Amino acid sequence: MTSDNMKMRAQLKGDAASGSYTEVKVLMSHPMDTGRKKDDFDRLIPAHFVQLVTATLNGKTVLEAQWGTGISKNPYLTFRLTSAKIGDTISVTWHDNLGETATQNIIVT
Amino acid sequence: MQRRDFIKLISGAFALAFIAPMNAFAAIWNKAAFETTKLNEAEKNLEINSEKLSQEILITLPDKAENGAIVQIEVKSNIPNTEAISILVEKNPTPLIAHFKFSNGAEPFVVTRIKMAETSDVKVIVKAGNQYFTNAKNVVVLENGCG
Repeated sequence: MTSDNMKMRAQLKGDAASGSYTEVKVLMSHPMDTGRKKDDFDRLIPAHFVQLVTATLNGKTVLEAQWGTGISKNPYLTFRLTSAKIGDTISVTWHDNLGETATQNIIVT
Repeated sequence: MQRRDFIKLISGAFALAFIAPMNAFAAIWNKAAFETTKLNEAEKNLEINSEKLSQEILITLPDKAENGAIVQIEVKSNIPNTEAISILVEKNPTPLIAHFKFSNGAEPFVVTRIKMAETSDVKVIVKAGNQYFTNAKNVVVLENGCG
């Protein structure tokens, strides 16, 4: 899938005195269908949702998430890293229940 | 080796070769915990036996949600050695929403948006070492967001 499916931002925040961290914001494009909703013709819309989200920092896993159907449509996620520096690469990948997947990389600024 | 045994062996090997990679992701996803309709069953499937109430788990949620389809939640754990955070909505058709595991310098902090079917407690469970801690916040939901 193309990278249009995910928008990402990773920014170094805070200062030396209070401690700094990198805030990563991710917005995915996904229907997150529960399998309980019906379409206009009264037919059930099959479940279609992201099950796994993995984030890495320079190739090392920092976050592993398992999701159910209760995450909202077009999932939004923020997480924080204390181990990242400016110029580091953060990568996020999702896998859904129908075998679709998408990956996006971003450089910490 | 008999012909019959040989065929069994070959078909078994084929099955493994094709099914194993397909199930690689399915194996990580805790199907039993996510598909159950009962909160205690979900916890059991996450291997949570006992949990202690903790005010060191900070949950930010609105008091009232107009639309249950999008409810923003922020969770921060001040419990040392927090490894994982689970989010459950007691009265949703399937209570377990998400399970986050942190490693290599990720803070025990997460913001996401969840669906809520009706007014309910939102329960957060933190794993730290071999211990589990919990906190909850009630959200009044005006419109079902679990269609």
